[in-house]
Amino acid sequence: MANQMQSHSSQAQDHSKSSEHAHPTLGLYFTIFGALIVGTCMTWAIAFVDLGAFNPVVALAIACIKATLVILYFMHVRYSDRMTMVTVAAGFFWLLILITLSLSDYLSRSLITVH
Amino acid sequence: MVKRRDLVSTNQTTTTEHHPALAHHFDNMEQQQGASTFGMWVFMLTEIMMFGGLFAAYLIYRLKYYDAFKAGSTSISVSWGFANTLVLIASSLTMALAVWAAQRGDRKKQVTFLILTMILGAVFLGVKAKEYKDKWEECHIPGHVIGKGFNTWGGCDVNNPKLGNIADEMRDPKEHGDPSIPEVSAIQTAKQTEIFFSFYFAMTGLHAFHMVIGLGLLTWLTLRARSGEFGPAYYTPVELGGLYWHFVDIVWIYLFPLLYLISRHQHHG
Repeated sequence: MANQMQSHSSQAQDHSKSSEHAHPTLGLYFTIFGALIVGTCMTWAIAFVDLGAFNPVVALAIACIKATLVILYFMHVRYSDRMTMVTVAAGFFWLLILITLSLSDYLSRSLITVH
Repeated sequence: MVKRRDLVSTNQTTTTEHHPALAHHFDNMEQQQGASTFGMWVFMLTEIMMFGGLFAAYLIYRLKYYDAFKAGSTSISVSWGFANTLVLIASSLTMALAVWAAQRGDRKKQVTFLILTMILGAVFLGVKAKEYKDKWEECHIPGHVIGKGFNTWGGCDVNNPKLGNIADEMRDPKEHGDPSIPEVSAIQTAKQTEIFFSFYFAMTGLHAFHMVIGLGLLTWLTLRARSGEFGPAYYTPVELGGLYWHFVDIVWIYLFPLLYLISRHQHHG
């Protein structure tokens, strides 16, 4: 019984249904901060290395990782209810549609040769 | 006194005491905070659409006028941009800590972290102002409405009748330029950098405007935190202010590589 209750409460904490422990600890905040600083230094250093077409790809990939960390931990989405998660995901999915559909048009125009 | 809420909601499970911040149309504080958080995110989705449109337009024009965007992008200071990124990330940390303190009802720490966030935000805007001033002096303000005019044709400084600094640099080997580029096409590309700077000022300007609004929100939150309004049961305004501040941070996380970094590498061969 006690075990059951314990597992239930730890489950509640994992899924963060309780508002009591629904936010990261101080240690986690500083870890995320450290990761963001490392990411910023990496993206700055890599910018001076010639990767050809992959320079923007790598820079934007690092930016996406940094943004995800901010959203999940600083903005507490990792600890939010499903509706908030879906709302956030919908926003970034929309952004993905905008960027990929627009760029797939412009990037592919040079592939077509008009005779 | 009979509360109307008690008449319609009999199966209330959490607090029975009425928190002063609880609005009458919510069952409990948790529901209220959930609704507020959802509302804030919906607002921020409209912000993503606004900035997203600019990002997409920027990327498309960068494809179209790559040389011009490279010239414009390398003319802004990567060191200041880098320093400012660190400042803004630090301000996001102090903002997260302010929410952390608000959850614990720690009035002193809340106020301290909120003020630290504002100081870092002000430092960011100060650096941005310095960068804008440099662009003003280099005559990189697009259009001919404000400033001394965009320096492509030498119209910026009458005592310095050059082609324009960007066109000069594109052909100057000391500036990693290529002397074989014809003067005409250098001038043409330099003219197109005006489009880069239009994006630069529109995007960083809109971002800075959000920062200014954020500083206003933080001032208001600091005053409310100082009066001891927030605690474990009610800290929604600090939480939502935090969401806004982190959102502005995320916009910069994308602006920094897009504007400052991705065109900086030197092509070999």
